[in-house]
Amino acid sequence: MSPAAALDSAVARYSLALGDDALVLCQRLCEWATRAPAIEEDVALMNVALDLLGQARSFLTYAAEREGLGRTEDDLAYLRDERDFSNVQLVEIENGDFATTMARQLVFSAYQYQLYEALSSSADEQIAAISEKAFKEVSYHRDHAARWVVRLGDGTQESHRRMAAGLETVWPFAGELFEPFEVGSELSGLTEMSIARDPASLHDPWSAFVTPVLAEATLEIPATAWAPSGGRSGLHTEAFGYLLAELQHLHRSFPDAKW
Amino acid sequence: MVNIEQSSDVATARPTVEEITRLAASVADPEIPNLTIADLGILRDVRVGEDGRIEVDLTPTYSGCPAVEAIESDVRAAIAGAGYPAVTVRRVLAPAWTTDWISAEGRQKLAEVGIAPPGPVCRAASTATTEAATATATGQPVAFVHCPHCGSRETEILSRFSSTACKELRRCCSCSEPFDHFKPL
Repeated sequence: MSPAAALDSAVARYSLALGDDALVLCQRLCEWATRAPAIEEDVALMNVALDLLGQARSFLTYAAEREGLGRTEDDLAYLRDERDFSNVQLVEIENGDFATTMARQLVFSAYQYQLYEALSSSADEQIAAISEKAFKEVSYHRDHAARWVVRLGDGTQESHRRMAAGLETVWPFAGELFEPFEVGSELSGLTEMSIARDPASLHDPWSAFVTPVLAEATLEIPATAWAPSGGRSGLHTEAFGYLLAELQHLHRSFPDAKW
Repeated sequence: MVNIEQSSDVATARPTVEEITRLAASVADPEIPNLTIADLGILRDVRVGEDGRIEVDLTPTYSGCPAVEAIESDVRAAIAGAGYPAVTVRRVLAPAWTTDWISAEGRQKLAEVGIAPPGPVCRAASTATTEAATATATGQPVAFVHCPHCGSRETEILSRFSSTACKELRRCCSCSEPFDHFKPL
């Protein structure tokens, strides 16, 4: 492979991973439509999902362009199988109750906040442009989640119990967000070129935001030895297959359907 | 300077940038139709090539804004309707749109339909502290967003997101009316 083709392939793979995270979490959040605790929250979660969908479309379109195989964003979203998706497992796990969803929103939005801020100065112009825009959107997602985690954690006995349980559920999946790129891999090559950002470098600023929110919410950081991983290389949880079936079946059953 | 012989043939005349800008700028936003896309600051550039080909640059307000495709199609239709069908609408992401680009007239029009216009963007406003979160949870007003109905500055946030991603839902503590606030972005 020529150096230019290798670079295209690496940038495509990186964009795809970022797009997959946004796409899959968008799909999960959409399950809350008409089911949130209040109509304001129904609207809020759908707006967050819509932002994520926009980010996913930008990254998948760019991934398709750089891979140069003639595929489109729709081909990538609707015609890949589980093992071809490179999202982290955190975004695919089931929603649980509202507190669990908010725990995941806090963990993930705070990660995306650091990621997009860092990528706003990526040496790749398109990644920088998408990230600069997404960063502003994610600022509101993070704020929304932090408010709920504080309100529920430092709320009634029952809301505290549920918030703590939700945090227990999602916390083990946070580790995968910050796994360093393998030394010598194509992605670590992108970091050296200032195109990508090594996920490990995002952990400390992420923690500096999340830790005080949890303290204010009177929640303890869960102690866990279990550290699920593998989403980035196509290993997914059982729940993911069902999510993809719902996401893809219409497009696959009626390939030429037009709205 | 007007060349009378050429301007009689609309199909082959090369339009001016000003003319195309005027046509594109008049397109209404589908979600807040009393505002034009120029008021919103999403019309970024207009170019007319030597061969008469027209390029219009638009930028989305939010990544997932569902109105983008409708706006692009409306812009093409407005320009084609004036006799210039060779239009390309480009979607540009950088520099990222900010509410600071909403014109003074646009802000006035927002207030007229009961939407509090956004204040100037500052980093702190979009990354509220947990202290602010707690204050809001206990119902304290935390920011001076004026009520578009009675003008009071004692208003409180009900939800970070409202009828569209670009707005939040607030309530006036003086007249008790709920209202949309266009968030600074």
